[in-house]
Amino acid sequence: MAWFDDLLFTYQNLAVALGVNGLLALSMYVVLAVGQLSLGQAAFMGLGAYSSALMSLQLGWPFWAVLPLSCVVPVLFALAVGGPTLRLNGVYLAIATIGLGEVLRGVYLNVDVLGGAMGLSGIPEAAPLWLIYAMLALAVLVLWQVGKSGIGRAMEAMRLDETAALSMGVNIRRYRLATLCASAVLAGLAGALSAHSTDFIGPNDFGFEPAVTILSFALLGGIGSPFAPVLGAWLLTLLPEVLRPLADVRLVMNGAVIVVAVLFLPRGLLAWRMPRHVRPGRAA
Amino acid sequence: MLAQQLLNGLLLGATYALFALGFTLMFGVLRVVNLTYGFYFTAGAFLALWLTQAGAPLFLALPAAAIASGLIATLLDWLLLTRLRRAGADELASLMVTLGAVLALYAGMTAWLGPDIRRLPPGLIAAGALEAFGLRITLAQILILAACALLVGLLLWLMRGTRLGLAIRAMAERPDTAALMGIATARLAALVSFVSGALAGAGGVLIGLNFNAIHPYMGESMMLRGFVVIVVGGLGNIFGALVAGLLLGIIEVLTAGYISSGLKEAVAFALLVLVLWTRPAGLFGTTLARKA
Amino acid sequence: MLLQTSALSRHFAGLVAVDRVDLAIPQGGIHAVIGPNGAGKTTLFNLISGLATPTAGQISFAGQDITLLPADRRAQAGMARTFQNIRVFATMSVLDNALTGLHARLSASLPAIIARLPGFRRAERDAIARAQAALALVGLQDRAYTQAGALAYGDQRRLEIARAMAGGPRLLLLDEPAAGMNPAERAALATLIRAIAAQGTTVLLVEHDMPFVMGLSDSVTVLNFGRRIFAGPPGAARQDPGVIEAYIGHKAAVRLAGQAP
Ligand SMILES: Nc1ncnc2c1ncn2[C@@H]1O[C@H](COP(=O)(O)OP(=O)(O)OP(=O)(O)O)[C@@H](O)[C@H]1O
Ligand SMILES: [Mg+2]
Repeated sequence: MAWFDDLLFTYQNLAVALGVNGLLALSMYVVLAVGQLSLGQAAFMGLGAYSSALMSLQLGWPFWAVLPLSCVVPVLFALAVGGPTLRLNGVYLAIATIGLGEVLRGVYLNVDVLGGAMGLSGIPEAAPLWLIYAMLALAVLVLWQVGKSGIGRAMEAMRLDETAALSMGVNIRRYRLATLCASAVLAGLAGALSAHSTDFIGPNDFGFEPAVTILSFALLGGIGSPFAPVLGAWLLTLLPEVLRPLADVRLVMNGAVIVVAVLFLPRGLLAWRMPRHVRPGRAA
Repeated sequence: MLAQQLLNGLLLGATYALFALGFTLMFGVLRVVNLTYGFYFTAGAFLALWLTQAGAPLFLALPAAAIASGLIATLLDWLLLTRLRRAGADELASLMVTLGAVLALYAGMTAWLGPDIRRLPPGLIAAGALEAFGLRITLAQILILAACALLVGLLLWLMRGTRLGLAIRAMAERPDTAALMGIATARLAALVSFVSGALAGAGGVLIGLNFNAIHPYMGESMMLRGFVVIVVGGLGNIFGALVAGLLLGIIEVLTAGYISSGLKEAVAFALLVLVLWTRPAGLFGTTLARKA
Repeated sequence: MLLQTSALSRHFAGLVAVDRVDLAIPQGGIHAVIGPNGAGKTTLFNLISGLATPTAGQISFAGQDITLLPADRRAQAGMARTFQNIRVFATMSVLDNALTGLHARLSASLPAIIARLPGFRRAERDAIARAQAALALVGLQDRAYTQAGALAYGDQRRLEIARAMAGGPRLLLLDEPAAGMNPAERAALATLIRAIAAQGTTVLLVEHDMPFVMGLSDSVTVLNFGRRIFAGPPGAARQDPGVIEAYIGHKAAVRLAGQAP
């Protein structure tokens, strides 16, 4: 039965990756939805992964206590850096968030308790698969409900024209900070879940390339609804599994997807936008 | 000891400044943070490697590699950005396109050539070093310093002292108005891409020579530092890039010397983030006027 | 006074766009700010609505000093505006555009939104009714589900007014609402503005077009090179030599004065 275990093992990893990448794509979606290109998702994921791993390995805390706390850490980080960072616009924000990610990577590499370049291993595989998908489903549901409400409307308005949205009374700063925190929660969750399903994490799992890969998920799917980025993540995760030759050039594919999506598919593959109001039937 | 470290810092900083010149020029004129820039650096280094392996002398390989990198830059700019420029897309779209492209390019190159570090043929440049007052400086380092000084001078002259520079600056200020005034903005954009790409390529050759380590991702680690330099120096500010590059080199060397060599990158990025927080337009920049 | 500015100034790198302007707009009625191109009218509006920060001077609104209040808080305090260059949310529906105008009035909690509690549903129904009323005011009620960017130019201008009016503002700022409109559309617009004033919203509008303003407004403020050169009833503005000079140039003013009987 060795082959069966093998199969299970292979697909177990794939199933975890699909769920985790779905969460990461949503974490990107949240900030793109307000028109911000913040590339800190991989960094938030790293914070969630490292803090959860430390709590499990060093403190021996149970997973159900570790999981929520591992979202708190990235949120605290988002709150700490959010004030000055979110004043930045456009490319400056993108560059600053890449910089923050690199600072964190430097910290992982140089702090002994974080394992340096070797990373941390022996993390208990305590995250059940169903939990990953339950979290993903919950995230989609919450984002769907919020997206259809006045909050979603204000977010869309911000993305389309910040000045006009401001003049309509949208508190731009608060929305930016709140979306950054939501993004941090989702990415931190993804980090903790993936750390506790693969037993090993290292500093390069959360650097520049993962940050760009997460962007490719959201751009391929689009941001018309929370389903779109998840679709993008799944396609980009599955493709190299189905088309084996693609596995070697996975990053090439991710990069090319971004180029093609921005140039030719500005609304993503799933261009369908969630309706905020259904046109009422013919009036009586 | 400190003096040698300051000198080393200065030399390292000169490589950063050299790298960042074309990067900041590209942003200053084309208003795009073009992340493919790091790839031209890698390309220049590899081209010089292949040329010298085929027996070409350095004084031929260097300009050839620079020109070829410039052509690659022009081609990629045309492929990736003309469409967006014509559509008047916002700068984030261009940033994302070049982000995706550069990831694909590095990864593609690694898949093709492998991640190994290559070395230039020995004896390309006299291995000697100058020693004076207890300080040591190699020939490659002197070459970098000279190239850096020469290129900064040339660029400043080109931008401030020539008609071409005037046209380029007009385009940087108001692309639409410049177009109306009969300035061929598309051709100028190609020219600026070429010059920047050639600068990156030359930087790749010289820095490859200095560290004698050539590999596909060499442009990426440089790129991340390039961010620091051009942001701290003020996006589009040539002189600022020079100062910021030198500053960064010195800070990195001192961090490595007195704190920990592993932390030097983190310190560089901490500097970047701090500058962005306190002076979003960089230490030497003025905020771009935004229309309400 | 509903809105008052005192010695309000805004400089742009050497250029004084608004120069120590005093403005006093009473509650109710239609008030106009006019002036030649580049006189600083839009900048004045930006200062009032909080999109630009003053270099010097004070602004008060409904008895409260709002000089340092951010734009979103001013909107919440009952100020709404339109833009000289149309800024509708082009890819949102017409109804959604109008609903953004109600943003400051919606205050459902996150749990209520996620669980679709009755409070949220009621608030949403309410908001839609108000937005529809605002669309009806400008005559766009039949286009509620159209994408805003697909509307004709004049309709987009009217949508901006509906969006601004949806929240029931105390003060409505209109920046060149008649720009690019033909005479028939202008007449309809004047009727609309009168209807808005009749509902109790104070209107402050910027216009180039003297005749349009003269028939419509209760008071006129004239700006030239950032400075207030006249404030008073429209009839008096037409007679004022300074205003005439600003509008048609010095030489022409002298010539006109010479020809006068
Ligand atoms: N953001 C800015 N930066 C620099 N100068 C500005 C800015 N905004 C406006 N100005 C200048 O301030 C002056 C007043 O401009 P403003 O737009 O307020 O005039 P206006 O009266 O609305 O003109 P118009 O009738 O053409 O709309 C002009 O000279 C303009 O060029
Ligand atoms: Mg104006």
